[in-house]
Amino acid sequence: MSDGIDRRSMLKGSTAALGAAGAAALGSASAQAQDVASPSGTPNVNTSITLNSTSRSFAHEARVTLLDLLREQAGLPGTKKGCNEGACGACTVLLDGERINACMTLAATCDGRSVTTVEGLAAADGTLHPVQRAFIEQDAFQCGYCTSGQVVSAVACINEGHAGSEEEIAEWMSGNICRCASYPQIIAAVQQAATEMEG
Amino acid sequence: MKNFAYAIAPDISSASEAAVQGAQLVAGGTEILNWMRLGIVSADRVIDITRLPELSSIDRQGDEIRIGALATLNQIEGSDIVRQDAPVLSQACLLAASAQLRNRATIGGNVLQKTRCPYFRAEAATGDRMPWPCNKRVPGSGCSAREGDFSRAALFGATEACVATQPSDPAVALVALDAEVDLVGPSGSRSIPITRFHVTQSEAADLARTREGRRLLGGDAPETPDALIENRLMPGEIIVAYRFSVDTASRNSAYVKLRERESYEYAMASAAVCLDQSAGQVRQARVALGSIAQKPWRLSGAEAALSGQTLDEARLTSVLATAFSDAEPLPHQDYKVKVAQGAVRRALTKAGGSIQ
Ligand SMILES: Cc1cc2nc3c(=O)[nH]c(=O)nc-3n(C[C@H](O)[C@H](O)[C@H](O)COP(=O)(O)OP(=O)(O)OC[C@H]3O[C@@H](n4cnc5c(N)ncnc54)[C@H](O)[C@@H]3O)c2cc1C
Ligand code: SF4
Ligand code: FES
Ligand code: FES
Repeated sequence: MSDGIDRRSMLKGSTAALGAAGAAALGSASAQAQDVASPSGTPNVNTSITLNSTSRSFAHEARVTLLDLLREQAGLPGTKKGCNEGACGACTVLLDGERINACMTLAATCDGRSVTTVEGLAAADGTLHPVQRAFIEQDAFQCGYCTSGQVVSAVACINEGHAGSEEEIAEWMSGNICRCASYPQIIAAVQQAATEMEG
Repeated sequence: MKNFAYAIAPDISSASEAAVQGAQLVAGGTEILNWMRLGIVSADRVIDITRLPELSSIDRQGDEIRIGALATLNQIEGSDIVRQDAPVLSQACLLAASAQLRNRATIGGNVLQKTRCPYFRAEAATGDRMPWPCNKRVPGSGCSAREGDFSRAALFGATEACVATQPSDPAVALVALDAEVDLVGPSGSRSIPITRFHVTQSEAADLARTREGRRLLGGDAPETPDALIENRLMPGEIIVAYRFSVDTASRNSAYVKLRERESYEYAMASAAVCLDQSAGQVRQARVALGSIAQKPWRLSGAEAALSGQTLDEARLTSVLATAFSDAEPLPHQDYKVKVAQGAVRRALTKAGGSIQ
């Protein structure tokens, strides 16, 4: 589709193809054309999410991933882009409490759901999350590029009950690559935080 | 990735109709987003199928387990029903991808993932921008993997045109469980055995000459059709669920995945085994191998040869030698035969078999 073609009429065409029953069931937020310009092009969907406990609404292009939405539109650059293909885990966020790769998730599919990023882990008064503190105390990073993904992933890993042993942590944290190879310290940090959170 | 129109499918038939008209369906998105980035597919319309209730849930009725196509790999891994009555499927899901990806990746999309051949996964918006030949990307251009470095090339069923393998782990378990795939398409619903769902390149070459094959190819008859057809899913067909019967062999089943790194890595070779053994004798063994062909590779000959026999070392060695006698590894990849045989041995033991 060239940029000359009106995306809104395209979208309307597709909605019509789904039939009348379909259009009704499509819901308010899923397929509305927007007139607001955004940095990455003409928005053609509107997505509402509860982002770090706050209700937010974004008009954006349908192709925008949750990762790009967070970094470029929501002003939350804590979530990192490493590979942009699902292979590194730097973009890990919680979607309805479950850890996912934000780079492999279309923002539009998150409509009506809740997203927690690394910025949303600390308490309102700035008190760090036990996992964040454990990463500092155990020296669990070097360059720090993978760290926000590691921290968010570790929160989920502990909540899931997958932090029972070093082996279990290594397996369930394997979706987060650390190019600096801080793995022993990361495992120690997860163990420390798990003890504190479960204790 | 260019922009597209996006809508949530309200029901299966509208999703199916949209797909017939060229829309791309998205479930977890963990494959198709990469295809769109690389230029493997391009979409004007994307239809989100994740809110179709018929495709969700994992349940058991009598002796039959039904896994909805939208079940994520983590949901299947953690399901008590699956853990107890078909551990091979639970283990295959657990050993796939990463904890994060498994929360998104659905088992419907999983069996439709494409080869990890690095030449295939080149970034090229259009065919003329491909940096090297690949018959799956540009039919007739050639196959770089044959001369190149692709350690996950096929041992069975490949052709001159393409040596790619299907990398799915869950599909291997489903094949060992003799699952049925429930499909709904523009011309109604049907079920096919998962053992017939994927096709090797040489099966694809034969299929291309049939009416079914021409429909799969969308009417065109390109050069090297054997590189293009990968399964029997018709245009517009939606995978609704997988079903399989629970039996003694499925309860005593296991999955073993051998790979270059211990976790978060595709298989070099994998094995799924369902084993019914009593008093040292094999009553039934179902064995499927992963990542050594463009489809999960059932060892039917070996299964028959083991049936009614004791599982002793000499017999197993000779049965496995026969099973791989017509394997065709690429030059310098003979070791893959040993890796695959090792996976079967380990899976037999993990499934509770005692090798005397
Ligand atoms: C880094 C990485 C590592 C991975 N490692 C492994 C691994 O070790 N083992 C393994 O098995 N897999 C692995 N995967 C693959 C992953 O499991 C698949 O990408 C995933 O299961 C696909 O499901 P999805 O729902 O995300 O599919 P999508 O990306 O949403 O869809 C893929 C395709 O399937 C179609 N589709 C989806 N659902 C249906 C349906 N119900 N009916 C009809 N068509 C449908 C879509 O239209 C699309 O064409 C890995 C992926 C990544 C990115
Ligand atoms: S034709 Fe097949 S094996 Fe050859 S480069 Fe392409 S995908 Fe890889
Ligand atoms: S940026 Fe998402 S996994 Fe690497
Ligand atoms: S601290 Fe540098 S990549 Fe992990």
